Amino acid sequence: MSRHEAAEVFVQEAKDLLERLEQLLLDLEGEPEDVQLVDAVFRALHTLKGSGAMFGFDRLADFVHGFETAFDQVRKGKVAVTRDLIAVSLDSRDHIRRLMDDEDCPDADGDAVLARLQAAIAAPAPPTATSRRQTWRIRFHLPANAMVTGVNPLALLDELRDLGPCTVVAQTDALPTLELLAPLDCCLSWDVVLTTEHGRSDIEQVFIFVIDEMDLEIEAVPPAEERWRLGDILVERNDVAQVAVEEAAAAQEPIGSLLVQAGRLSPDKLAAALGEQQHVRAEAQASRASATVRVPADRLDDLMNRVAELVIAQSKLEQIAGESRDPELNSVAEEIARIALGLRDTTMSVRMQPISALFGRYRRLVRDLSEGLNKEIEFVTFGEETELDKTVIERLGEPLIHLIRNAIDHGIEPASERLELGKPARGRIALSGRHSGAEVIISIQDDGRGLDPDAIRARAESRGLLAPDAAVTDAELFQLIFAPGFSTAERVTSLSGRGVGMDVVKRTIDELRGRIDLESVRGRGALMSLRLPLTLAIIDGLLVRVGQSRYVIPLAAVEECVELSREREVASQNRSFLNIRNSLVPYLKLRELFGMQTPPDPYQKIVVVSAGEQRVGLVVDEVIGDHQTVIKTLSPLHADVSAFSGATILGDGSVALILEISHLVAEGQQDDAALRRAS
Amino acid sequence: MSKVVLTVDDSASVRQLIRMTLVGAGYQVVEAGDGREGLAKAQASPADAVITDINMPNMNGIDLVAALRKLSAYHGVPIVCLTTESDDEVKQAARAAGASGWITKPFRPEQLLAVVKKVLGA
Repeated sequence: MSRHEAAEVFVQEAKDLLERLEQLLLDLEGEPEDVQLVDAVFRALHTLKGSGAMFGFDRLADFVHGFETAFDQVRKGKVAVTRDLIAVSLDSRDHIRRLMDDEDCPDADGDAVLARLQAAIAAPAPPTATSRRQTWRIRFHLPANAMVTGVNPLALLDELRDLGPCTVVAQTDALPTLELLAPLDCCLSWDVVLTTEHGRSDIEQVFIFVIDEMDLEIEAVPPAEERWRLGDILVERNDVAQVAVEEAAAAQEPIGSLLVQAGRLSPDKLAAALGEQQHVRAEAQASRASATVRVPADRLDDLMNRVAELVIAQSKLEQIAGESRDPELNSVAEEIARIALGLRDTTMSVRMQPISALFGRYRRLVRDLSEGLNKEIEFVTFGEETELDKTVIERLGEPLIHLIRNAIDHGIEPASERLELGKPARGRIALSGRHSGAEVIISIQDDGRGLDPDAIRARAESRGLLAPDAAVTDAELFQLIFAPGFSTAERVTSLSGRGVGMDVVKRTIDELRGRIDLESVRGRGALMSLRLPLTLAIIDGLLVRVGQSRYVIPLAAVEECVELSREREVASQNRSFLNIRNSLVPYLKLRELFGMQTPPDPYQKIVVVSAGEQRVGLVVDEVIGDHQTVIKTLSPLHADVSAFSGATILGDGSVALILEISHLVAEGQQDDAALRRAS
Repeated sequence: MSKVVLTVDDSASVRQLIRMTLVGAGYQVVEAGDGREGLAKAQASPADAVITDINMPNMNGIDLVAALRKLSAYHGVPIVCLTTESDDEVKQAARAAGASGWITKPFRPEQLLAVVKKVLGA
C-alpha cells in the first residue's frame, strides 16, 4: 500500500471516528456521569492522535493531543461533564474536521478553541470509580418463608437485570407434587449468568435483606475463549463429575441429553449450563462486534446489478425448462431459482443499513438550530434499527434536513407563546422509523402550531395554484405545500422559508418511489410520514397484458382485481366510473391511454390501485400474475415519460414497462374532477 | 392506583419525613404513632407495604411485625424496619419475626425511597 493510499484509509477512518466522537459527546451531554462514554471519547481521541501522527497529519495530531490532554481531566474524574464543556468539545471536534480538509488553516484558530477548552475544564468534580466488565455465575436459593416475609424473587431478578444482561434459569428440582405444595413456600432456586461492570458487592447488595439466611454463590465465569464446550461448563459448575463427562463424550451424542438420560444431571441444571454457554458466547460475540468488512459502495451496486441479471436469466431458464418438460432440466432450473432468490435476498440485506446512521446526524442539527433560534427543543428518535436500502438512506439525508428545519423554524412556537397556550415551554420533535409491509415509514412529528389551512389557501390562491372558489379538503390543501415555489413563512429566516425545499423534498421522495402523508391538527402539531419502498432494485410486481404488450404494476400499490363486465361498463354510462362496494372509483382504459389500435378482449379486467388516499382502476386485457421485477431505469431520452417508472426484462427476453402509479392515479383523479365539473 | 404505605413511628418528625418523601414519589401514606395503633390501622385497611420503627411504646416494632405476619392479609406484604446503625441483633430479630428488610437510621430520603422501591419491586 502506498503512502498516499494509506493516508486515504486514515482520512476515511478519521471521518468515521469524528462522526462517532460527535455521537459520543451528544450522548455524554445526556448522561454526564457515564464513565464508559467518557472512556469511549478518550479512546476515539487517542486513536485519532496516534494514526494522525503516523500518516503525517502533524498539526491535526498536535491539536488532538491538546484536546486529549484536556479530556484526560474528565476521564480521571477531576472535572465534571457540563453543557459548556460539551459545546466546546463539539467545536474542537469540528476544528479537527477542518484540519483534515485544510492542513494550513491558521494556528490561532486551533489555539483559541483549545483555550476555551482549558477554560471549560476549571471546576473540579468528585472522582468516580471505574471497573471492568465481568461475567458472573450467581446461584441462589431463598429461605422457604421468603415470600411470606415479603421478599419478592421477581423483584430480585429484576434488580439483577438492572445490573446488566442476564440469563436466568429457574431450578425446579425441589418442587414437590401439587398435593404437597405449600403455596407460600419458596421451593425454587435460580441460576443466573450476569455480565456487568458492577462488582461482587453490588450483586450482594441486591440480596441485602436475606443474604444471611439464604444460599448464595457468586462466582466469576472465565472468559469465553478458554472454554466453550458444554462438558467443561458442567464440570466447572460442579454439576457432573469429569469422568461422567468423558464417558458421555465417548458416545458421540449430544452430551447434555445423554447425561440427563443416565440420571446424572437434572434437566434444569442442563438448561442452566446451556444458558450459560449461550450467554458467554453472545457476550464474546458482542465484544467482537467489529468483525465487519469495509467494501466500496460501487462494488455493492455492481453486485446488485449482477444479481438482477441473474434473476432475469433465471426466469428465462425457468420458462425454457417449463416448455421442454424435461424432468432433469426442470429440477436444475428449480434449484437455480432457489439459489438465485437466496442470493437476491442476501445481496439486498447486505445493502440494508440501519437508519440510525441517518438519524444520528440530526441530533447535532437540532441542537444547533434550536440554539440559533433560541427555542428549547427535545429531539427524540425511535426505531433507529429499522433498515433501508443504502441508496434510499443516502438520498433521504437532504429531504429530512428540510423537514426537520421546517418543524423547528415554522412548527415549534417560541417558548413564551407555548406557555401562553398551556403547552410545555420545551418543544418536542420525534423522528421515527418503522416497517410496514414492503414499506418503511419514516415520520417526523412535532408538537408545534401545526399547518394553517387558511394561510395555505391564501398563499396557494395568490400563487395561482388554486382557484379562489375551489372546494378542497384539508388533506388536498396540505399537499399544495409541496408545489414548486410555495412558501407560507411570513418572513424569510436564515434557516428556511426561502420558498425552495418542500417541492424538492417531494421530488426526491417521488424519485425513490415513495410518498409523503401529512397530518396536522392546528395548535397541536404536525406529522409528516415518508413512506418508502424497502429497495429500489427489485420489486414484487403484478404482470398484466394490454393488447400485445405487457406491463408491470408494483404489487404494493394493487388493492384488488375485478372484472369489467359489459353491464358494469354500460352502467357507468361511459363516465369511466366504477362502483366498488358503493364507492365510486374512476378508471382509465390503458388501451386508450397508450393509443392501441387492437380490439379489446371480450372480458377485460380492472386492477384497482391506490396512491395515498386516492384510488383508480386500470383496465387491462389480462392479469397474468406475480412477477419478480428487476427494475431497469429508462434511458435519459425517455426521462420525461411520466407514465412509466422503468422497465423490466421478462423470462422470454421481451421488455415490460413498469407503470408509475402515482402519475396514473393523479391522471384518473383529474379526469374525475373534470367530469364532476362538466356534470 | 397509588400504593398505600403504612408508617409506624412514635416520632412525629420521622413520620413527617417519611410522609414527605413517599407522597412526593406518588405513594399514599397512612400514619400510626405506635405498634398497637399500627396493627389496628393495618387491620382496618390493608396496606401495600409497612415501614415501622423498632423502639415504640405500647407495642414494639418486632412484635408488630410478628402480629402482622399472623394475618393472612399480610403474607407477602413487604415490611421494612427502621433500625439504628450496626444493630445486627435487632436486624436478625426483625427478620426472624418476618420483616422483609430494614433501613438504618439516620437515612436520607433517597435511601428510603430506594428501599421502598426495592421491596415493592417497582
